[in-house]
Amino acid sequence: MSSSRPSDHIDSAPVDPTINQPKLGVVGYLRFFWRQLTSMRTALFLLLLLAFAAIPGSLVAQRSSDPNGVIQYKVDHPDLYPVLDSLQVFNTYTSIWFSSIYLLLFVSLIGCIIPRSIHHFKALRSRPPKTPARLTRLAGYTAITGETDAASAVDSARANLKKLGYRTELYPRPSTGSGSGSFSVSAERGYLRETGNLVFHTALVGILVSVAIGGSFGYSGQRVVVEGQKFVNVLGDYDSFNPGRFFESDFLQPYRITLDKFEATYELENTQAIGQATDYSAYVTTTTPGGDDQTANIKVNEPLAIGGTDVFLLGNGYAPSIIIRDPEGTVVWQDSTPFLPQDAHLTSIGVLKVPDGLAEQLGLVGFFYPTAAKLPSGALTSGFPELLDPVLTLRAFTGDLGLDAGVPKSVYELNTDDMTEIAGSNADVPALQLRPGETLDLPNGLGTIEFTEVKRFASFDIHRDPSQVWVLTFAILILAGLFTGLFIPRRRVWVKATENDDGTTTLEYAGLARGEDPRLELAVADIAAAHSKQLGLKVEP
Amino acid sequence: MTLTLETASLIAVYSAMVVYTFAFIAFTVDLARRSAPAPVAVAAPVGQLAAESGRTSLLEKLATDAPVDGPPKMSRSMRMAMGFTILGWVLHVVAVVLRGIAAGYAPWSNMYGFALTATAIIVGVFLLVQFWQDLKFLGAYIVGFCLAFLGLATVNFYVAVAPQPPALQSAWLVIHVFVAILGTSFFALGGGLSFVQLLQARREARGGEGMKFLSTLPDAEKLENLAYRLILVGFVFWTFTLIAGAVWAERAWGRYWGWDTKEVWTFIIWTIFAGYIHARATRGWRGSRSAWLAIIGFAAVMFNFTVVNLFFKGLHAYSGL
Repeated sequence: MSSSRPSDHIDSAPVDPTINQPKLGVVGYLRFFWRQLTSMRTALFLLLLLAFAAIPGSLVAQRSSDPNGVIQYKVDHPDLYPVLDSLQVFNTYTSIWFSSIYLLLFVSLIGCIIPRSIHHFKALRSRPPKTPARLTRLAGYTAITGETDAASAVDSARANLKKLGYRTELYPRPSTGSGSGSFSVSAERGYLRETGNLVFHTALVGILVSVAIGGSFGYSGQRVVVEGQKFVNVLGDYDSFNPGRFFESDFLQPYRITLDKFEATYELENTQAIGQATDYSAYVTTTTPGGDDQTANIKVNEPLAIGGTDVFLLGNGYAPSIIIRDPEGTVVWQDSTPFLPQDAHLTSIGVLKVPDGLAEQLGLVGFFYPTAAKLPSGALTSGFPELLDPVLTLRAFTGDLGLDAGVPKSVYELNTDDMTEIAGSNADVPALQLRPGETLDLPNGLGTIEFTEVKRFASFDIHRDPSQVWVLTFAILILAGLFTGLFIPRRRVWVKATENDDGTTTLEYAGLARGEDPRLELAVADIAAAHSKQLGLKVEP
Repeated sequence: MTLTLETASLIAVYSAMVVYTFAFIAFTVDLARRSAPAPVAVAAPVGQLAAESGRTSLLEKLATDAPVDGPPKMSRSMRMAMGFTILGWVLHVVAVVLRGIAAGYAPWSNMYGFALTATAIIVGVFLLVQFWQDLKFLGAYIVGFCLAFLGLATVNFYVAVAPQPPALQSAWLVIHVFVAILGTSFFALGGGLSFVQLLQARREARGGEGMKFLSTLPDAEKLENLAYRLILVGFVFWTFTLIAGAVWAERAWGRYWGWDTKEVWTFIIWTIFAGYIHARATRGWRGSRSAWLAIIGFAAVMFNFTVVNLFFKGLHAYSGL
């Protein structure tokens, strides 16, 4: 169809394979490779290769979305792990091979978009091309002969075509002595098809660029907040933080979020689903500099937008409040510690570390059961996620907590290798079991432990992603471009009126598809029918 | 109240399955009759006539003398098959609506609900498409496929109506999943047509030998054009599914794209069909090669819903059971 298309596009003229190619120089080879890269066949190959290359990332856990799965894989498959790891299978979507495929695909794409855009820009400003000498072999060819004026028939055809949204151009050829005169209108419509096509492909590049640049300026962080506690948007107040490549700490706008209350609602009536969560609501008060305090409710599908970030409610659980006193009754430790939920009924695990104030460093590991129930084995479990009969069981260890080594330690783990169990299944004293309001003596006369109350905690994800507006814009352009690029037909239609020697006029109608156009023949037939009826002509068989 | 509506829905499902079984038998009988040396010879290929009927009606307008045959006659078994399909579909839709009322939300947030709704929409699209083109010859495939799927899901994955977990309480569930199913329906029809296209192309290459019922169907090129146009519609829906899913993921999980297994497979399917559309425009790839891509694409859609849901770990896991 046009030189702007790759040579192996179905609408391009076939190349004669028997032509002997001249010897290529360096530039010639570069041009050859560029042609190869921007050919349809290469684009198709890269597309299918991309689909294929995406598969391993769905079969094997990915570091980005499931880091624990990767660790588990290492444990389960110690032989295979190093091989896959060296092939970057655990980082499939940032791996060299996956990146090369999509980058090549995008280079190929850009190599296609640019010449086509230039060509289309020119086409948009040019007039429809000359009417071909013979229309008989074109789509929907219809001829009618009758008594009518050739010039005015073409004029009325032009008016009709214009009304149908065609761009038109008249090509009159007045009679030259002996020959008869002919008048024709050349019309084209559906330029939006190519525009849509180019918008679609350009928007794909736009998405890639937005993700690459925007992601580098963004960040995400997590923070667990217990009821009554505050979160301040400074680097040190995050539990974990993942900055983009170009992140700077002054990207963080100052604000404060206080978790006033966390409410979880559970199904109580439907016997098939008792205990299933039906709603989570985190009631917060937000404070920004120079602004009044405002209250908000963060829900699972309803993040809070504040200070250029979005705050998402990701998880929740219970945080038992515990006070530890020395033998004299002085408070040495007091906190509400988040216990991490392990099942749907919120059986939760938590760790308490008391480094100072007692005769020895003390570590406590244990379970919290919001509604304690006994298993047939005698072990406890939780029977319902709400606080119907809360019980806390703790094993106690003394010795080195390992906090003095200067190495960061997870607050959710206790390394008991260098510690002695003083209460629990391996000690003389059974595990400590407490209900809210109860106080117990710690073994070895270390002091006392009091379980005062149970609070809720919520875990928040805080994100800033400056690219997402751009990504969304391009995504909408993709959809719009796809729609116009696939469903608007691009077609040329010609109407030609030839004066015959006997004084009659022959009207000819024909069309040409430019790209997929299954309804072209119908369209030409419609145009011919409407026009000939308007002129009072009958179609000759 | 909940229990009765839910039970009524299940009764409707089983009734629909019985009626679909009759429809499937009738569709198969029709195909078999087409294979047999018909005592009442079919005057012209059914599909070809249907394809030309648009043009002939226009020629009529132009007052030509072209004699126009009446619409192609449907065989008795085909008329029965379509009747059963419509009846089965009505029961099926009733089942979906009752379950939706029982649950109080769009009933496609678990495997059973999804299978129930998806098969209803696929049959619905199949029925609607008949107004555009005569694709009734795909009836045995579409109804058979939906019947098997619905049966397997009801037997293996039936779960009682349960409240909507907070993660799924979003309008995007309705939009994202519904459009995904619409896309799947068009891919299903396109995949079926591409399969028939392959059979037809093989038969044409052998000079007309092969399964006889194929002679009553459109030629390979016509089948390819129909498949292409259906898959284009499916592709637009699938693109929208991808975008809507990303918007929802941003609302619910704080990121619009995270290479979750389901996201990966949705992307793979999108890429395969993008490849299919390009293959149509690539010299040497039109015809059987692109038909294979359409079939692989639809197979990937099925893989995404079955194997990925059941065996792959990911954030979409709660849609599993």
